[in-house]
Amino acid sequence: MLTIDNLKKYFGFVKAVDHVNLEIKEGEIVSIIGTNGAGKTTLVNLISGYIKPDSGRILFFDQDITHASPYVRIKLGVGRSFQLIQLFSNSTVLDNVRTALFSKYEMIKRGLLPADRYSSVTEEAIKILDGLGLSGKESLTPKELSEGDLKVLDIAIAFALKSKLLLLDEPTSGVATSDKFKVMDSIVKAIKKERISTLIIEHDMDIVSGYSDRVIVMHEGRIMAEGKPNEVMENKDVKATVFGIVSG
Amino acid sequence: MDFKKVSKHPRWIVYALFFIGLLFVPRILSIHDLMLFEYGMTFAIVGLGFNLLLGYTGLLSFGHGAYFAAGAYTVAMIGKYFPQAYSLEILIPSALFFSMVLSLIFGFVCVRHTKIFFSILALSLSMLLFALLFKLYHITGGSDGLRVPLPTLFGMSFKGIRRPEFLSGTYYYFLLGMFSVSFLIMKGIVSSPFGKALQAIRDNEVRAELIGIRVRRYRLYAFVISGMFVGLGGALWTFVNGHVTADLSHWVFSGEIVYMTLLGGFGIFEGPIIGAMIFTYLKLYAMGNTQYWMFVVGGTLIVLVLLLPNGVAGAFASLWSKLKR
Repeated sequence: MLTIDNLKKYFGFVKAVDHVNLEIKEGEIVSIIGTNGAGKTTLVNLISGYIKPDSGRILFFDQDITHASPYVRIKLGVGRSFQLIQLFSNSTVLDNVRTALFSKYEMIKRGLLPADRYSSVTEEAIKILDGLGLSGKESLTPKELSEGDLKVLDIAIAFALKSKLLLLDEPTSGVATSDKFKVMDSIVKAIKKERISTLIIEHDMDIVSGYSDRVIVMHEGRIMAEGKPNEVMENKDVKATVFGIVSG
Repeated sequence: MDFKKVSKHPRWIVYALFFIGLLFVPRILSIHDLMLFEYGMTFAIVGLGFNLLLGYTGLLSFGHGAYFAAGAYTVAMIGKYFPQAYSLEILIPSALFFSMVLSLIFGFVCVRHTKIFFSILALSLSMLLFALLFKLYHITGGSDGLRVPLPTLFGMSFKGIRRPEFLSGTYYYFLLGMFSVSFLIMKGIVSSPFGKALQAIRDNEVRAELIGIRVRRYRLYAFVISGMFVGLGGALWTFVNGHVTADLSHWVFSGEIVYMTLLGGFGIFEGPIIGAMIFTYLKLYAMGNTQYWMFVVGGTLIVLVLLLPNGVAGAFASLWSKLKR
């Protein structure tokens, strides 16, 4: 579904993404790991249209979206969450998700009837929140949520857009260790149910090996290794570069 | 009427009671106080419109006097140049049209920016209009302004009637009708999916863009709707005031619109209405009692920012929620 062909993005002398080739199949959960500055977030930003590449192509269901605006990509089904949580801070949990649904269904031009009147949208928003373990928190504002719930809400918004490809930038960063697996369980359960292809940037190797079908290792803007989680973890170069383990 | 359904919405019961109360205001207030009340009502419409931009979209305009002037001058200039069309049912749609056109042009430029750049651009454009109104004195009356005669309404003429009588009779109920319609429309807008999109832009424009909201376009929609409400307020105000001058487009007047919205509280839907009423009386009584009235107005603004950052309505709302607990 997603094909990245020879993608390049330099920031001055820094080779953030350096001729990267990558393919993600439908329903596949792929994790990207790498040291800080390896180019993981830049790659996600390029796929979501947040920044434009210097060269190369991005194909989504064989459609060239290299130069498409974020708006077009969202409408095609590319959704994302952020490393630093991006929510609508003064709106309720329900409205955070409901606004995304209104946008998805092209209903945001409707300007006279109260949002509550669109009961099917409200029911769908509640269903999404229930599916991700946020039931009973609909009327709270993000300020009243735990860090883990904030992360899940951030993903719930991306979920509401009915994305075919979900880009999750460090979904468990800032979440208490005890809550990380709970958060990931909720997210992955919902992703698998909807068969959404997912690209996850993650540092926590337990999360990566526990939830990914495939792992890609990036280093200095290039793909260093890829394969099944166990294979990648045993790769000597990966061990040395990413984990700092040099075997004798 | 299903009482259970109504009792779920106590706010609407309060609105209905207020509306009924407003019907009897001309019987209670003296003509002088009623005129003041009408000034307050026109500014309340202005506040509702202004707050769509400030409270719900997160854009602070220091140039909304321009759209007020657009509405007011539309009325005055039709009165001067097209007296045969000088009827409320033509004047109000015309004022809405011209304030829409002006806010569309100015808004197109302004919404490309946010924060201080947006505010300064809005201010600069309103001063441009001020300069035009001030200098084109052959057309606009310059610093002398233009007189606003009493209009007709569906063929009903008010010739020979003094302005205070006109204001305490038919016009009060016309104004109340316009205020009620404006209130209901704005209430609908802010609680609709469109209103939710504006609030999303206010809270986080990056995320709003990434859920598929065209941020600039929706800012422009909010700007135009806001400008039309302010223009409507300007048009209705002219009949109470009887005279328009270029000062309406000056940044000082735009500052007063900001002031009354802050005074009432921009975080609450009803805040700007309360702010408009308090401001009208505060300004008049301060002007009537001291030549340093600006000092009084400025002083209250300082007190407000320091002690009541959510405005008068915000303070009442937090007090109410504390009492409920």
